[in-house]
Amino acid sequence: MKYLTEFRNGEVAQRIAREIHQVATRPWKIMEVCGGQTHSIIRNGIDQMIPAGIEMIHGPGCPVCVTPLNLIDKALAIASQPGVIFCSFGDMLRVPGTDRDLFQVKGNGGDVRVVYSPLDAVELAVRNPDKQVVFFGVGFETTAPANAMSVHLAKRRGLKNFSVLVSHVLVPPAIEAIMSSPGNKVQAFLAAGHVCSVMGYWEYPPITEKYRIPIVVTGFEPLDLLDGIRRAVIQLEKGEYRVENAYERIVSFAGNLPAQQLLSEVFEVADRAWRGIGVIPKSGWRLSAPYREFDAEERFQISGIHTEESPLCKSGDVLRGAIKPAECPAFGKECTPRHPLGATMVSSEGACAAYFNYGRFLSAEDLAHAGAALTGVANG
Amino acid sequence: MCLAIPGKVEQITEGDVRMGRVNFGGVVKNVCLDYVPEVCVGDYTIVHVGFALSKIDEKTALETLELFEKMGALEEELATEEEVFARAANAPQSPCPDGSCELTGQNLRIEEPTRSSGKK
Ligand code: SF4
Repeated sequence: MKYLTEFRNGEVAQRIAREIHQVATRPWKIMEVCGGQTHSIIRNGIDQMIPAGIEMIHGPGCPVCVTPLNLIDKALAIASQPGVIFCSFGDMLRVPGTDRDLFQVKGNGGDVRVVYSPLDAVELAVRNPDKQVVFFGVGFETTAPANAMSVHLAKRRGLKNFSVLVSHVLVPPAIEAIMSSPGNKVQAFLAAGHVCSVMGYWEYPPITEKYRIPIVVTGFEPLDLLDGIRRAVIQLEKGEYRVENAYERIVSFAGNLPAQQLLSEVFEVADRAWRGIGVIPKSGWRLSAPYREFDAEERFQISGIHTEESPLCKSGDVLRGAIKPAECPAFGKECTPRHPLGATMVSSEGACAAYFNYGRFLSAEDLAHAGAALTGVANG
Repeated sequence: MCLAIPGKVEQITEGDVRMGRVNFGGVVKNVCLDYVPEVCVGDYTIVHVGFALSKIDEKTALETLELFEKMGALEEELATEEEVFARAANAPQSPCPDGSCELTGQNLRIEEPTRSSGKK
């Protein structure tokens, strides 16, 4: 399948769904790694088109969700300092720290800016030599090339007033952590298409071998996802395990080499804490020694931060696929997108928000109550 | 944050960094083209946070753009700073760590997470 006219074709969707129904003889649990895929699965009712025994487990792939609370608190503390211009992508504005968010910091007089690209933050640093410009560098491998370039440029231009608060996380170590966690239920993965557009998928064959699990590189359109599920189920039924690329129109085996080259120059692999999950060894990037001078954590020695997670929130279990959002006792009660307790509810790509917004596990009566708050209710 | 949006390269400036003007269904942005040296004016490329990541063919690009537009994803990814702040202001959220805040979902009875199977 090459073109989206086919990808959106309802008949083709039905045909793939039928094929999945035909090949599936047993229940299987498949994890889609990326939050964008979770959103698409729930929004398009893909989880309701596939056989009841095939369960989609939602992975940790939402950068907003996995950024640790302590780092959000550091961001808030830095952004509150006089003389600082704090730059971020828009999705981080409303992520709750322990006692406030970036939007509130701005309301209290902090100079918080939303940038489209990290290069805009470098520009701001050039134009404001009397200010310290700090960029909140969150994200998976998809965002990292942009952040790497911003640091590289800042160094080339000799900027002394630019730094990055780095919180980069990596997909393959997360897959390994999920596979080796006790009680793991995942039997196959849909790998995140846009991460692979940067990194390729050369990192995955050793993982399929080691854990004997199929991994299918998958896109974001409804038919992409159905096709990814179909390929995973066929492998599972046959007892096979290998990497398949179902997103050939964007992803190659090698990935984007110029991007990988700069990434390996600017960053080095480091242990990273994932919100709700904890530290996963070698699961992130930090600035490498030649670029360490641009590390905001070193430039601003922030102390006295008191970080406190909501005791009610089960984000970690959701991110590991151990529970579904609606199994969290706070879901839809204490915790809603208007009053999120955890990051998986605050980000529109988070699993809890996707379940809430598309009315999963609510009865028709409840949906009527929820009224306009639940727009775009499940197509199913 | 994980979507990469296709756009058409309208102009390229070779310099310190290879930059381009890229048109996303009407909205034009400055995009870094350093990672896609093969891309020329008139080509389509997928762009993430201001960086082109790979070249794609025109038909796929136009269809993806149309789909993203329908999903409202373009608006979100390409919003201006003012629009992002306005949206954040309209979506008041608080951490409410003790759960004592007003509960918008209070009257929602949550069903057991059973599947509503058979819905097609
Ligand atoms: S529903 Fe809210 S409290 Fe429960 S896991 Fe999700 S974000 Fe945390």
